[in-house]
Amino acid sequence: MLRRRPLIKIPEGPLGNLFVKAEPEPHLLLRTQADLLPHSLGGDVVDPLGRQRVARTRRAQKPQRSESGGYLLREMSILPGRTKDGRQEPFERIDLQVGEIISVVGPTGSGKTALISDIELLAQRDTATGRQVLVDGHVPADELRYDPAFKPVAMITQNTKCFTDLAVGDFLTLHARARKLEAGAMVDATVALANQFTGEGISSEMRLTTLSGGQTRSLMIADAITISAAPIVLLDEIENAGIFKREVVQLIRGLGKMVVFVTHDPVIAILAHRRIVLANGGVVRVLERDDRERPAVLALQELDDRLVEFRERLRAGEVLCDLTL
Amino acid sequence: MQLIVVAGPPSAGKTALIKQIIRHFREKRRVAFLKIDVVKAFEDEELAAEFGILTAKVYSGDLCPDHAGVMVLGDTIAWASGNGADLLLVESAGLCLRCAPYLNQGLGIVVLSSISGIHAPLKMGAMVSLADVAVVTKIDLVSQAEREVFLQKIREAHPHVRVFETNALQGTALQRLFDLIAASEPVEPEGLLLRGVPPLGTCTICVGKKEIGWQHHFGVVRRLEGAIAEHLFRGE
Repeated sequence: MLRRRPLIKIPEGPLGNLFVKAEPEPHLLLRTQADLLPHSLGGDVVDPLGRQRVARTRRAQKPQRSESGGYLLREMSILPGRTKDGRQEPFERIDLQVGEIISVVGPTGSGKTALISDIELLAQRDTATGRQVLVDGHVPADELRYDPAFKPVAMITQNTKCFTDLAVGDFLTLHARARKLEAGAMVDATVALANQFTGEGISSEMRLTTLSGGQTRSLMIADAITISAAPIVLLDEIENAGIFKREVVQLIRGLGKMVVFVTHDPVIAILAHRRIVLANGGVVRVLERDDRERPAVLALQELDDRLVEFRERLRAGEVLCDLTL
Repeated sequence: MQLIVVAGPPSAGKTALIKQIIRHFREKRRVAFLKIDVVKAFEDEELAAEFGILTAKVYSGDLCPDHAGVMVLGDTIAWASGNGADLLLVESAGLCLRCAPYLNQGLGIVVLSSISGIHAPLKMGAMVSLADVAVVTKIDLVSQAEREVFLQKIREAHPHVRVFETNALQGTALQRLFDLIAASEPVEPEGLLLRGVPPLGTCTICVGKKEIGWQHHFGVVRRLEGAIAEHLFRGE
């Protein structure tokens, strides 16, 4: 009997409006309690925090600022660098749109983390790969690279431990300040959201350094959604995070952002609009979503459900005698 | 000749950063390097072996390393420019958090690792608050949120400092720093001054009296209670 986790509750109030649906996908519908804001291609969605969220549009535009000073970003481009052999990567340019879900796959050592690190740093040919990242077709202004208040990228690393010796609440407050926000109710909302991602409760008083791996990653994911709130979200192997994977992934996919999943998980990998394949430190293929994969998608989700069930039973200490796949 | 002074606690990544700077500038500048340390240093040999640049080191021994730095810098500048150097990199000992080894000319860089304690930027006083540039190293070891919180703490200590983050072993994202170094004004040796105020400490401990407790000493003394101003006299 498959035990389903409760659907993630979207917080009411100001943060509820952060969760805007991008495209409805019948087999992955996320029911929310907040009213969905009207969403149209090329339009802007305004949330009560005064920052504009940009919907998908195909027109390339120069970087613009919203009234609150945040950047409106529609497209990010990656220009090729070098593989581990020192050869030029075999593509001219990869354009990614806000609203797209992208997976990054490849064997260990192929350069997956290096790719998302290049994006996070908005590399300008000054990283080990030599890649360049453009924002809306242009070289990003210094502020986008160096000031957390303007950085349009939130990244969830594989770190399972924090070094920063602060209480969770103080840490989130400081992070909000770094991203030029008033912390206020955001701290409690972030902790509440994190507690929906993991089975072990986190409280604001706990010290960041004492959190378990699952708690740490849950908190970082919640923080990236509510506090960093950037149009580009990068996630490094979230399937290892010790969280309720299916629900968290669904929630992130429904945010209307550009989401990049570095992953070994077949379901996450195959459910993307685009799939970037890496080998030997460089990109070797960029695949678009292919309808021929639809049967595989459904089969993999079935298998995944079964695996999740067995995983939970093993973790609970059961002896598995009735295995039927 | 351009002068860059690099400060920061031990193991912050000062030498790793200096290697990246040398690697970038070796074709464009004739580089010289001075290391100031207390008892033992190997950086000068490492850098000479790896890059073939002009290097020197100073052991401050029984003298405060920051005092020693001030004393020898005049000779160092003469030595470097006498040998045709146009970029002089000075790596301070980075031990006492009272002082900043930066000068009124040239560029002062403080190096901090992202895994140093969250209060490190405030504890480091003038070393951070008087720097022109702060470079945060080892960013590959921490999450993005921790990096941003650490930057925020640095900004609290020094609101206008230019901050760069890097994995200093790989030299990532340092282009803007190199631009700043390339554009820094050459120094005029006659007008060089310390940027901050030197500490006060002349007392009988300095000349070897080892008794514990202020009652046994004279000169600049310090009690547990009471403001320091009650007990010292700066002359004039």
